[in-house]
Parts: sequence; C-alpha cells; structure tokens
Amino acid sequence: MTQASLGQSVVQKEIQAQNNGVAANITHTQPLWLLAEVTYRCPLHCAFCYNPTDYDKHTQNELSTEQWIQALRDARKLGALQLGISGGEPLLRDDIEDIVIEAKKLGYYSNLITSGVGLTEKRIQAFKDGGLDHIQLSMHDITEEINNFITNTKTFELKKKVAAMIKNHGYPMVLNVVIHRYNIGHMRQILEMAEALGADYIELANTQYYGWSLVNRSQLMPTKEQIDEAEKITNEFREKQGSKMKVFFVVPDYFSDRPKKCMNGWGEVFMIVTANGDVLPCHSARVLPNMEFPNVRDKGLAYAWNDSPAFNKYRGDSWMKEPCRTCPEKEKDLAGCRCQAFMLIGDAEGADPVCSLSPNHHVITKAIEDSRNPVIAAQPIIFRNDKNSKAIIAGEMDDRVKEFHALP
Amino acid sequence: MSVQQTDIYAIALHHRFQWEEAQNCYVILFPEGMVKLNGGAGEVLNQVDGKRTVADIVTILKAKFSDVPDLENDIVGMVELALEKAWLRQVN
Ligand code: SF4
Ligand code: SF4
Repeated sequence: MTQASLGQSVVQKEIQAQNNGVAANITHTQPLWLLAEVTYRCPLHCAFCYNPTDYDKHTQNELSTEQWIQALRDARKLGALQLGISGGEPLLRDDIEDIVIEAKKLGYYSNLITSGVGLTEKRIQAFKDGGLDHIQLSMHDITEEINNFITNTKTFELKKKVAAMIKNHGYPMVLNVVIHRYNIGHMRQILEMAEALGADYIELANTQYYGWSLVNRSQLMPTKEQIDEAEKITNEFREKQGSKMKVFFVVPDYFSDRPKKCMNGWGEVFMIVTANGDVLPCHSARVLPNMEFPNVRDKGLAYAWNDSPAFNKYRGDSWMKEPCRTCPEKEKDLAGCRCQAFMLIGDAEGADPVCSLSPNHHVITKAIEDSRNPVIAAQPIIFRNDKNSKAIIAGEMDDRVKEFHALP
Repeated sequence: MSVQQTDIYAIALHHRFQWEEAQNCYVILFPEGMVKLNGGAGEVLNQVDGKRTVADIVTILKAKFSDVPDLENDIVGMVELALEKAWLRQVN
C-alpha cells in the first residue's frame, strides 16, 4: 500500500481546527479513522511498500465480504467516520463495490487508496453509484523509466489513463507520490504533472522505513541536501500556484531531530483491520514482541478498541522510560513510533531513535551514513513480491535484515 | 472576504456535512480529513442549504436562540471562517 500518511493529515487538520477553536475537544479515544487493508495481494512490486515483508503468510485467509461489512458496522458504532479502503491493491477483490455501498449506507466518508491497476470504467461507475467519496491514486514518478523500475512493472501509461478516469467521474483528484532517491530529483516535474492532471491535492510522502522500504533503506534514502532542495521546489511551486492545488509535503523523520507523533498516539484515533482480520493500532504493530493483537473473527471491534491489552498497552504515557518519561516535550510526540523503536533498537518502550535525545540516536546516524556508502547502497533492491516474501520468511535473506530486531 | 446579507452558500464540493451521533456534534468530512464543529458552528452550517440567504439564516437562528446576544456577528463570523477554510461555496 502507499504510505497512508493521508491519515496523518486527517488528524493534523483536526488538531489545527481545534487550535482555532472550531472543533470540540476529543475527551476520550475514538477510532475516527478506520483503515481496511482488505488484501495484501498486489500486482505491483514496489521497493518502498510498507506492507509487512512476511505478507505472504496473510494472503490465504482474507476476511469475507460479510465479515468486512460487519466490521464496518461495528466500527461505525464506535464512532468511525473516515474509511480508507486499502491494501495491497484493494481492486484485486471483486467485492469493493459491496463494501462501498455499505459504507455509504452507514454514513462513512469513504476513500479508495489504489495504485489504479484494475480500475475500469465499469468499476468506477459502480463506485460512483454506490457512493464512494473519493479515490487516492498513487503515482510513483513522472518518468516512465523510474516508475517502472521502482514498481518493477510497466504501469505508467495505465496510471495516466486512470487519473483521467477519476477526474472524468467528478472525483476530487488526490495524488500520493512516495518520494525516494530515484524520484526526488524530479520534484518539479512531478508537481507539474499533478497540475496537468488537475490534481486537487497532492501528497509528497517521503519514504518512511517500514516493511520493504526498511529492507531497502540504504538504496532508497535520499540525501539531506536532496530533501532540502525538494522542499524548496515544493514551496516555490506553492507560492506560484496559489491555493488551487493543495500540496502536502511529508518530511522524513530520519532527518529531523524529533520523532513523529505516530498515528497521533497509540489507539487514539486510528484503527486498522488487516486482510486476515487482525485489528492493529498502526500498520506495522505486528512486529512488536509479546503482543497478541485481537482479531475481528474472535471478539469483535468494540473489544479490540476498548478492552484488548494490545490497544491499551501504549495509551497514555505511564509505559514510557527515560528520557521520555520526564521529557517536557513528551505530549508533542508521545516518544515516537513503538515499531520503529523496536525494529531499530530492540526496545519497544524506548524513545524512538529518531529523537536526538535518545541514547540510541546513533542507529539513525549510521543508517544515513550507510545510505551514502557506495558499497552498501549498490546492493540490489529487494522488490516486494511473493518470492521475496517467502524467502524472507524462510530466513534466506537474513543477511539483509540482520541489523533489525524484527522482520520489518 | 466580506459576507453580505444577500449571499447564498452551500457546502463545498467534495465535502459532506452531517450530524454525528457518536461524537454528539456536526462534522465536515472531506478528502484530506474531518473537522468536528462545536455547537454554534454546527448550527450555522446546518442552515446552509444552497437556498437560504445569510439574512434568512440569521432570522432562523435568532428565533431558535433568542437568548443569545449578538448572534448576527457570530453567524457572519462563522460563515467567513467557513469560507476561508473552503468548507462553503457561494451559490449566487
Ligand atoms: S506493492 Fe506498491 S502498490 Fe502494491 S501495496 Fe505495495 S506500495 Fe502499494
Ligand atoms: S526524549 Fe522522548 S518524549 Fe522527549 S522529544 Fe525525544 S522522543 Fe519525544
């Protein structure tokens, strides 16, 4: 799936609104945003995909249509409003139409997050009739060469067609472009392409290193100079272009000295239901040790959100260790991402090593150095596909993942 | 952006305005997110329907909340804010 930082922006919007006094305060946790990762199957093989590297285990036991519809109903009762239908490639399921109709009936604002592969006139018409509110299309780059290289397929022409289809059906055009070493030099062209396609909103999401993108970190990471340049170009473009197209630039956490407030806090506003029914507070939570995540097939969503030990484990701040526990900034980032802490330093309760106050911050500095080391950076990219997933599960790529404390 | 009494507004394209039981408030939903509206803001937007003028809305809300002083300024202020946030579009 594309890096769903769109969800992040949802919350940022809400917080902004709170700041100017329009919104009511959230007084208790509520899963406002439900992400349905309906399948891990995908026709693309993106090097930056942040599905779990062992996704191959989860492609045989997907929830049925009825189970998804039940999950939608239950989440709505808990207060969910925004529904993201994502994957893998959600269009590989033939019941997205049914899911969309139910979402509309329940009053969700529904978003289909897709690579566009599998979107036909017939299907988009059915989505429109069924009440799908919007479609977020991931575009990888404007040059055909890079698009095909990084997704390991030939899909560029198709993406252009799909973008036109979305626009023609009166949908807002929301583009998501994951930024990495291979396309960061094309920022201006990417923005111009978005403008030409009539995008209403474009999210430039710098790669965050989870799943496959963590395995390929040294190959994908741009330099600080490249990121600064990209941000500068983005700002210039914004100024020139005004408010017609909203441009959202997601700054990569490795290059900042404070971590991101992951998912706006563990079990605060996000709930993810994965293809096989696991209920997670964030995409990569399954990497965490000694945790059992609830499954919709067992006790349902209300239990998962309210009562499951997993969802309660990192709520609040009593679980924190030093330096976070007494840090004056802890409300701002809640010590960062638990998964990143565990994968990179082996301590799920430690400060996210992105933080310059973390005693383990050197692992980030080293990762940045490694990405500039020509020998390491020249290692081949491991594209996301079934064969590589099986190989990672079987331990055949241990060398590539040995520095991580869990399978990313 | 100056709001006139004769202006008519509607909820912006690709935005949805609805009452949320679970939140006990009105919300606006749109591609990149959602905003929860506090009581007053929600009441104002609830009257915006693409037909009523600002003056109509003022009359309706004055009748409904007769004990609130200076309601008119609040209403116009809210419409201005909503316009600035692009939650509304002008119809006339
Ligand atoms: S391979 Fe690409 S398109 Fe498919 S789920 Fe991963 S990031 Fe998304
Ligand atoms: S020390 Fe912990 S709480 Fe303080 S800024 Fe760093 S990560 Fe956040």
